[in-house]
Amino acid sequence: MENFQYILPEVFISITIMLFLLIGVFKKSSSNLIYNLSTISLIILLALIINLSSLDKIYLFNSSYLIDNLSNYMKIILVGSGVFVMLTGSKYIQVINLNKIEYPILILSSILGMMIMISSNDLIVFYMGLELQSLALYVLASFNRDNLLSTESGLKYFVLSALSSGLLLYGCSLTYGFSESTNFDQILINSTEFNYGTTFGIVFILVGLAFKISAVPFHMWAPDVYQGSPTSVTLFFAILPKIAALSVFIKFLYTPFANMNDQWQTIIVFISIASMIFGAVAAIGQKNLKRLIAYSSISHMGYALAGLATISNQGIQSSITYISIYLVMNLAFFSCLFMLKRNDKYYENIEDLSGLSKKHPILSFSLLIVLFSLAGIPPLAGFFAKFYVFLAVIEQSMYFLAIVGLLATVVAAFYYLRIIKIIYFDPEKDEYETSHNLGLKITLAISTIFILAYFIYPSSITEIVSKITMI
Amino acid sequence: MNFPILSSLILLPTIGALFILFTKSSSGKYQSAKYVALFISLANFLLSLYLWYIFDKNSIDFQFVENREWLSGFINYKVGIDGISILFIILTAFITPICIISVNATITNRLKDFLIAILIMETFMIGVFCSLDLVVFYLFFEAGLIPMFLIIGIWGGDRRVYSAFKFFLYTLLGSVLMLVAIISIYWITGTTDVERLYELGIQSEYQNLLWLAFFSSFAVKTPMWPVHTWLPDAHVEAPTAGSVLLAAILLKMAGYGFIRFSLGLFPIASENFTMLVYILSLIAIIYTSLVALMQEDMKKLIAYSSVAHMGFVTLGIFTMTQQGIEGSIFQMISHGLVSAALFLSVGVVYDRHHTRLINKYGGLVSIMPRYAIVFMVFTLGALGLPGTTGFIGEFLILMGAFEKNILVAMIASLGVILGAAYMLWLFKRVVFGEITNQDLNRMKDLKSFEIVILTVLAIPILFFGFYPEPLMNSIEASVENALNMYNFDLINNLASKD
Repeated sequence: MENFQYILPEVFISITIMLFLLIGVFKKSSSNLIYNLSTISLIILLALIINLSSLDKIYLFNSSYLIDNLSNYMKIILVGSGVFVMLTGSKYIQVINLNKIEYPILILSSILGMMIMISSNDLIVFYMGLELQSLALYVLASFNRDNLLSTESGLKYFVLSALSSGLLLYGCSLTYGFSESTNFDQILINSTEFNYGTTFGIVFILVGLAFKISAVPFHMWAPDVYQGSPTSVTLFFAILPKIAALSVFIKFLYTPFANMNDQWQTIIVFISIASMIFGAVAAIGQKNLKRLIAYSSISHMGYALAGLATISNQGIQSSITYISIYLVMNLAFFSCLFMLKRNDKYYENIEDLSGLSKKHPILSFSLLIVLFSLAGIPPLAGFFAKFYVFLAVIEQSMYFLAIVGLLATVVAAFYYLRIIKIIYFDPEKDEYETSHNLGLKITLAISTIFILAYFIYPSSITEIVSKITMI
Repeated sequence: MNFPILSSLILLPTIGALFILFTKSSSGKYQSAKYVALFISLANFLLSLYLWYIFDKNSIDFQFVENREWLSGFINYKVGIDGISILFIILTAFITPICIISVNATITNRLKDFLIAILIMETFMIGVFCSLDLVVFYLFFEAGLIPMFLIIGIWGGDRRVYSAFKFFLYTLLGSVLMLVAIISIYWITGTTDVERLYELGIQSEYQNLLWLAFFSSFAVKTPMWPVHTWLPDAHVEAPTAGSVLLAAILLKMAGYGFIRFSLGLFPIASENFTMLVYILSLIAIIYTSLVALMQEDMKKLIAYSSVAHMGFVTLGIFTMTQQGIEGSIFQMISHGLVSAALFLSVGVVYDRHHTRLINKYGGLVSIMPRYAIVFMVFTLGALGLPGTTGFIGEFLILMGAFEKNILVAMIASLGVILGAAYMLWLFKRVVFGEITNQDLNRMKDLKSFEIVILTVLAIPILFFGFYPEPLMNSIEASVENALNMYNFDLINNLASKD
């Protein structure tokens, strides 16, 4: 039991989940209570993880579980954004009648699964975490049972995700078969020589992971699921699984498969380029904001993966920086989306933003900042995210990737500009409600100020991230 | 470390913009916002004049340098000026208050936002001319797109959306390649500090590609033929103050970039591509002058004339002669004043008559005599009549060109004639002739604030036209130094080849 202190966060959250389930069963109409308690428990969880963050590298449970700088940082941003997701969505789920006890509990279990994924150092532990988070997400996607789109998105996500899990599992078994171990470090030691079995294993595992991160060509589920799910779940989808999947990506590529980098580098470069271009082009014709942000996130994942393709610490760090800034931009964007409410109905089409700037100057200004930042225009945070990635990419002389990526930003700029045009240049429509809950306002304020003022002290994230070294 | 005067110049307008954010308006006329904006921009102008006063004209080093750790320790926030940049800073600080005064008549809705956008724009523009680090330069250079996009899009004319998009996407497309080049320079040399890069030099094998990447950005921004098509659209649709900022300052960023970065960092490549720039400049001069002749819209005509004038500027820069480069800088300052004045003049009649079509006007001289006089001054300035700043710039550029390539110089001289043709014809059609359109009779002559801004613009055009010495003094030493470094690099390169 001497290792207990290191997995305290995971133990804490598991016990919390069970406890909340019991409360939910035995106490009538306790959904609000559990929602608030979950938010608080996430904050405590965050504190527990930060408490451990001074640890450098600790192997647990027969080295199948690893706590290091990477896992600590990723867990911090994971749980941190989880807190904000809870804060922003609280009003929303009440308004559209989703405030059931299962909702926060599913979110917590999904976060637990992601934490296990992030810390795993073994194929079996990894798969366990992955399935825990996926199962919770299937239910969350279809949580709005009376809504046709929501049900459809849940089913779609379930079928496609099960397929990808199958591929992933097949890849794992191939890898195990040819490297005689499920432990990441052991796989690395045993796979010094090239063999087709492990190569196929890599391909299948990468396909499964690319599905989770919604990278092209495994992105088909994303637009439908983003659009169909309740907006608070979409926000969850847009951020947390991406963080978990990206850190697993880093882990797989740079621990068990580090010797095979000539095998996977082309795959990652291809996925990255395809995602950047497809995400940019496909978003142009979208009318629904959630669908648009799905394509936008596909393209953003392309940039995050571009950093991973470099096989350098700088590249890994740039990817992590990218996802950190990406999650803030998404939080800000969805906070704005939650504010488009009138008579207990939420609006999510681009046309609904028409002329927003006349009646809601502050909300429009936040959207303006977020959209320009998503487009990567300096001096906003989104520019620095891309800057770090391209800094790493060009260091490795991967000019093709850099130029394609930057040209894709120009294409992507078009659809962000289109939204800004609708907000600022078009004639105005009806007013939206202006009273919002405090959590939403705070989230929007913090994230917008972060994006706007990032350039004053741009080393803030890089300094923390620079501790993460994989090579 | 003394008082950070350059950072103050950069930040002051932004602080002013924050103030405006909190001003209240009782009657919806935003008087207080206007006064704050005017006060801040005038203060900035005075500060820039003070900067000019304490600026050491004989020094070839960068002055007032500030160097602060910024991006993870490897890229610094570094600003500083020399003779090449000082005049552009003063020009920016001079034009901004004029824009702010001019909004009196033109902007009616969301005035507060407009003033904020203009002040933020000033921050970015001054930042471009001050920055001594490539990344900082890129940051300011690109950031200017945001306020300009909004200025064109919110307060523009009928096709404002199309124009704003075109402006934004064209410029962004050109600039992303520059970003690749900047990052490459960082990995090749280990720094993006311009001063250090001047010392280190960049290996000749990289120069051509890097030069082209920078060129793609500057050529769009200049704008050079054939990527100039965004400019007429942006000019025509932008509100008067937006056109003024675009023509007077935004276009100068690229000319400045050519001198500071293309020539300074890639001398060998600049020498290789001289002919390309000559040809594109000549096409710009001749072709766009002819296009300008045929325009029916006053603003469009002036926009095309801007392209032609910027053609002279790029031509002059790439003659790599003392006269050519000094002439180019002078021409940019002159064009900044003259084009600003011309757009304001068009704005004056547009506000009264709400059309920019030339054939709707005629015979204004008898209705608006005072307007006719100032408009004439600016017309003559634009066509480069001796005694105006336009003449000195063009004359020096042509002198430099004759030294290098007589054929190029002769073709460029044709542009001067064409320039006279389209400007005089415009003047004739608008100001002279019969009053065909009876509605014109209702137009009133210049209001007091219009007289103020137009006179304020006319004074330097005439003064420096007769007495260019103060401007020339400031740029001479730095241009000479830049050319010496340039020739030194070229000789070194030749020596290393042998």
